[in-house]
Amino acid sequence: MERSLTHIALFAALIAVLGLVPRVDLAAGVPITAQSLGIMLCGTVLGAKRGALAVLLFLLLVALGLPLLSGGRGGLGVFVGPSAGFLIGFPVAAFVAGWIMERTTLAPFWAATCGGVIGGIGVLYVFGISGMAIVLGKSLPEAALLGLAFLPGDVIKAVLTGFVTQAIARARPAALLARA
Amino acid sequence: MLTLTSPVKTPLHQMRAGPKLATLALFTFALFWTTSPLHLGIALVAVVALYLTGGTQFARHGARMLRPLWPFVAVVGLWHLWLDDLTAGAVVLLRMGAAVAAANLVTVTTRLSDMITVLERLARPLAPLLPPQRLALAIALVIRFIPVLSERAAQLGQAYRARSGRAPGWRLFAPAALAALDDAENVSQALRARGGTG
Repeated sequence: MERSLTHIALFAALIAVLGLVPRVDLAAGVPITAQSLGIMLCGTVLGAKRGALAVLLFLLLVALGLPLLSGGRGGLGVFVGPSAGFLIGFPVAAFVAGWIMERTTLAPFWAATCGGVIGGIGVLYVFGISGMAIVLGKSLPEAALLGLAFLPGDVIKAVLTGFVTQAIARARPAALLARA
Repeated sequence: MLTLTSPVKTPLHQMRAGPKLATLALFTFALFWTTSPLHLGIALVAVVALYLTGGTQFARHGARMLRPLWPFVAVVGLWHLWLDDLTAGAVVLLRMGAAVAAANLVTVTTRLSDMITVLERLARPLAPLLPPQRLALAIALVIRFIPVLSERAAQLGQAYRARSGRAPGWRLFAPAALAALDDAENVSQALRARGGTG
């Protein structure tokens, strides 16, 4: 019980810390904030249930008024703004990524990358694009066009999720709770 | 750690957190229900007036918190200019501005401890599933470990820079996650040795 609780809490803190890390500019100047990488890692490292709970705990602290989202954003306003759909989709994305990690027998890198693509892009975009469509009063295809701007960064982040999960699987095989 | 609560005292700081949040919920619901630009405009003016009761410095701080919305305002504005449908564009932008500004207003005028009190009251029916003291411990752990982990990440980054002379970039992510896993393991053992989470 203590172990689940501390893992959930520490990974919620990790999401916040990855949002504070100055953003990394990858090749061709694609800016990346590591925050959604943290969301995916919660799923692929802790597993579906604990991963989703860690993300929920993080969002709870954001709603309580801590400036933990990348760029120092936070408070209740972000949950009614244009990117609210992405926030609501975060725990579901972590759950799906964790579920793929738990239920497949692929090598950690491939399982986590698939989890990152299906959870962090497929599932997350369904929520995020619906949210933008509602808040900005656009049709779904129009909102999807706006969402495309984030796609290159998120593909890179899905691959990074794979690499980081693989590194953890090698360094601490027993600590990879999704595969324990 | 810093919270978003404003140090400038406004009349809204005096209001209790529960009623404030309930008012915000009703206000937001009403915003998404109406489609009249006039009503939405009045709502936005009312929110701006509430900000101004805290003085110009407070209002300016509120305006700064809306800055992340500008890219969306630009896209939606251009889109509706191009469609020549300015009323629909005004409805969308007024609604978004009023909703986000009102929610931010509640956040900056409510102390973290008051928010947590409301949360505890709301979470009481969940007690059999999620004991309140466990939720409180989880929140405390996150708040305590954000500075710990970010200092660890900074040290890892400096060590990498000392070895290679380059910025660590994405290479920092795996060791940072490992540090969080190790800390989680140690803290869980420390908690168990002290009688567990109850």
